[in-house]
Amino acid sequence: MAEITPLRTAAETGLTKLFEATKMKYPTGVSIAREEAFRYFEAVGLPTRRVEAFKYTDLRTAFRDAAHPAEMPSSEIATAALAAAKGFSEIEAVRLNFVNGHLITEASDLGRIPAGITVTPLNEAMTKASPLLAHLTPVRQAAENPIYQLNTAFLADGAVITVAAGAKVETPIHLRFVGAGTEAFSTATRVLVVLEEGAEATILETHEGPDGVAYQPNDALDVVIGDHATFRHARLNAEGREAVALSTLSARLGAKSAIETVNVVVGAVLSRHQVYLNFAGADANAVVNGAAMLNGKQLADTTFLADHAATGGVSRELFKTVVDGAATGVFQGKIIVQQAAQQTDGKMMSACLILSDEGQMMNKPELEIFADDVACGHGATCGALDDDLLFYLMQRGLPKAEAESLLVQAFLGAAIEAVSHEGAREALIGSVEAWLKARG
Amino acid sequence: MPAVQETIDRVRSIDLDQYKYGFETTIEMEKSEKGISEDVVRFISAKKGEPEWMLAWRLEAYKRWQTMKEPDWARVEYDKVDYKNIYYYAAPKRPAAMSLDEIDPEILKTYEKLGIPLREVEVLEGIAPERRVAVDAVFDSVSVATTFKAELSKAGVIFMPISEAIREYPDLVRKYLGSVVPVTDNFFATLNSAVFSDGSFVYIPPGVRCPMELSTYFRINERDTGQFERTLIIADKGSYVSYLEGCTAPKRDDNQLHAAVVELVALDDAEIKYSTVQNWYPGDNEGKGGIYNFVTKRGDCRGNNSKISWTQVETGSAITWKYPSCILRGDNSRGEFYSIAVSNGMQQVDSGTKMIHLGKNTTSRIISKGISAGRSQNTYRGLVSAHRKATGARNFTNCDSLLIGDQCGAHTVPYIESKNASAQFEHEATTSKISEDQMFYCQQRGLSNEEATALIVNGFVRDVLQQLPMEFAVEAQKLISISLEGSVG
Repeated sequence: MAEITPLRTAAETGLTKLFEATKMKYPTGVSIAREEAFRYFEAVGLPTRRVEAFKYTDLRTAFRDAAHPAEMPSSEIATAALAAAKGFSEIEAVRLNFVNGHLITEASDLGRIPAGITVTPLNEAMTKASPLLAHLTPVRQAAENPIYQLNTAFLADGAVITVAAGAKVETPIHLRFVGAGTEAFSTATRVLVVLEEGAEATILETHEGPDGVAYQPNDALDVVIGDHATFRHARLNAEGREAVALSTLSARLGAKSAIETVNVVVGAVLSRHQVYLNFAGADANAVVNGAAMLNGKQLADTTFLADHAATGGVSRELFKTVVDGAATGVFQGKIIVQQAAQQTDGKMMSACLILSDEGQMMNKPELEIFADDVACGHGATCGALDDDLLFYLMQRGLPKAEAESLLVQAFLGAAIEAVSHEGAREALIGSVEAWLKARG
Repeated sequence: MPAVQETIDRVRSIDLDQYKYGFETTIEMEKSEKGISEDVVRFISAKKGEPEWMLAWRLEAYKRWQTMKEPDWARVEYDKVDYKNIYYYAAPKRPAAMSLDEIDPEILKTYEKLGIPLREVEVLEGIAPERRVAVDAVFDSVSVATTFKAELSKAGVIFMPISEAIREYPDLVRKYLGSVVPVTDNFFATLNSAVFSDGSFVYIPPGVRCPMELSTYFRINERDTGQFERTLIIADKGSYVSYLEGCTAPKRDDNQLHAAVVELVALDDAEIKYSTVQNWYPGDNEGKGGIYNFVTKRGDCRGNNSKISWTQVETGSAITWKYPSCILRGDNSRGEFYSIAVSNGMQQVDSGTKMIHLGKNTTSRIISKGISAGRSQNTYRGLVSAHRKATGARNFTNCDSLLIGDQCGAHTVPYIESKNASAQFEHEATTSKISEDQMFYCQQRGLSNEEATALIVNGFVRDVLQQLPMEFAVEAQKLISISLEGSVG
């Protein structure tokens, strides 16, 4: 029987038009990469539920139209948008401010970059065909992902950050992404972080935007972690209520390196955060956590892949989802242990609390193991708040709502605790409190 | 590490030729023409003396099947079956036997060799007459003998080849056939619906506890044939039945297809316990030959408080594609799945279950133990879902994998879909190798390497073995040790 090729949707046709129309002049290598990425996307199209990796998140339906890539905002708009941004603003950090996917150099701390770090706007790196761009796409599997390829094809701006060998940078770099506008727009940003041997750095990320505008951010963070280097990362998705937000973190881990990444989701009507880890060097260590608080018709998808290619890798993943209203939580996780990756130790846990009758949670935790001397496990739980615990708290005089809040906070807190940076941790816990308060 | 090297050596020396049921019976067979066509479907239907509605049902399935595509989502790789190049029907030439004495002695010998009692007397006069098992023996495409029919019918239990049931109890068959696994369900089930030739039919009337274990032994004998059996078990209100299934096949260089459909229906307060010991020929060391086991098994807990329990011990087959499932439709119904899947050599197993919670306060439990050795791939694939109205649904899943040797793979692909807050799902999975501490402990106490492994593996699969009826438990334990023989370091 012949394969059925689905008709191209308005969004797909629109993307093709936009790609041709917004093509910018870059040196050949960059242009070719973008062209290839788009051809890849064009061939597979927007994934539907029939595509296994998108079984629970139908992008074909989510993208009715292809929104026009946002242009560099005027300085008034940028200033106003940045003034309104709240995420992590209390934290002492070096800020790179992006409005509608464009780095606002005059509003960023490019002048006070700590020693050991270099920051180049991505646009500049692309125009000059910086050799650092060779570090892009550090994980093979990400290149087989239409979201990531779409990001490559439409890349407008971002940053290339390098941390010199042995540099241990205390001050975090805050990547602040703010959307502004009253009509739908799309953004595509990429930040590449290269940590040389023994380097240490903390990257904080916040994503905010207007409620009531169906904008489409697509951001990617590529990280190359050298041997003995440490990368810490906390990310807050506080996008507008109508946003369709796609994001990808892909990291290659060198020998004895470490990554810590925590993603907290409160915003966007549909969000999908993809994490790809490649354990390229031996004895690398990864902590990947997530906390999502959902209500209304929100859908938050966390898709995680750990590819253990070297021995002695340790990975710990903890994903917590709280579902209220008619929201949907999705977790897809996969640990691959290649034959060479003996002594891998992987534990992946997804836990979900459903607070409403209409809430739902889809879990798909996978293990794919080709080595025998490993200890791998995954767990998934799903259920309502424990009545006994509620009763216990209420018996001690807490009103029901407060008792519920306390339990939810403790539940999500377990995932957020892993954030090493104290300020970021507190701010993320603050976002849980704010969410609970809004819930009433 | 020296232990690993030793393991590799042992794995290399695995000899799958230990498959002891690999002999072939020479017997005159009657076959349909090679390949599949409307004529072949008609031929099978005519052979079985089927009523018109049954033929129409088959033809409808055949029409549908032609539009379908073989599924490729499972984690198995194999040379695709050439559906035009196999026989869909093969039966011993002798006319249908009325009594055991009329059965071809060669077939009787075959079952004797397999250790399956077809003679009631022997069993009756046996040492333990209280543990009797009624047997339906299916040889290629037909059922050759069914024992204890008379005694069972006294209790009102119907146990007979499905081809006979279609003639004798058409209303019952028509009501339930295809009601659990619809004709259009999947590629293999649809093919089976078109060309199934035999299998067992069981009906337990209301309130009856089936007086003995029922069992079917499937044997593929003829070359180039596919076996397409169909089993239908109906447990009426308040009844209970325990059913066992066993399978073997001769050793051959080419692959043979086994595409069965099993449907279970449990009405109010009824319970069905279905146990399988699957020991089809797994192919040789290099992955040559062996059975393709593409089976659709599904139970429907249609009534309130009903229960269906699947227990499987899978040691055979080159490729296994099998997901015995439960649809928990009735309120308070319960589904269970206990599985041990052992793979060795070049075997590939993709097996698991689906627990679909539809009724209120339904519960399910999944215990799956996968053991992979040699160069085999062993995948657990399962779905647990609770629908919006399935309030109070509970599931507990535990799937553990054990890897023996570093050339094999163990995978888990669970889907857990919860669509209401009161559903409570727990899932845990682990993958490990036999811990050196445990081995050391056992060896220190004087057990050899192999004995220690056997002991630990037995402990690993204990939860599942406990669920098997006694005779099967012993057999299964032996099977597991045989199929792992030589694979442990």
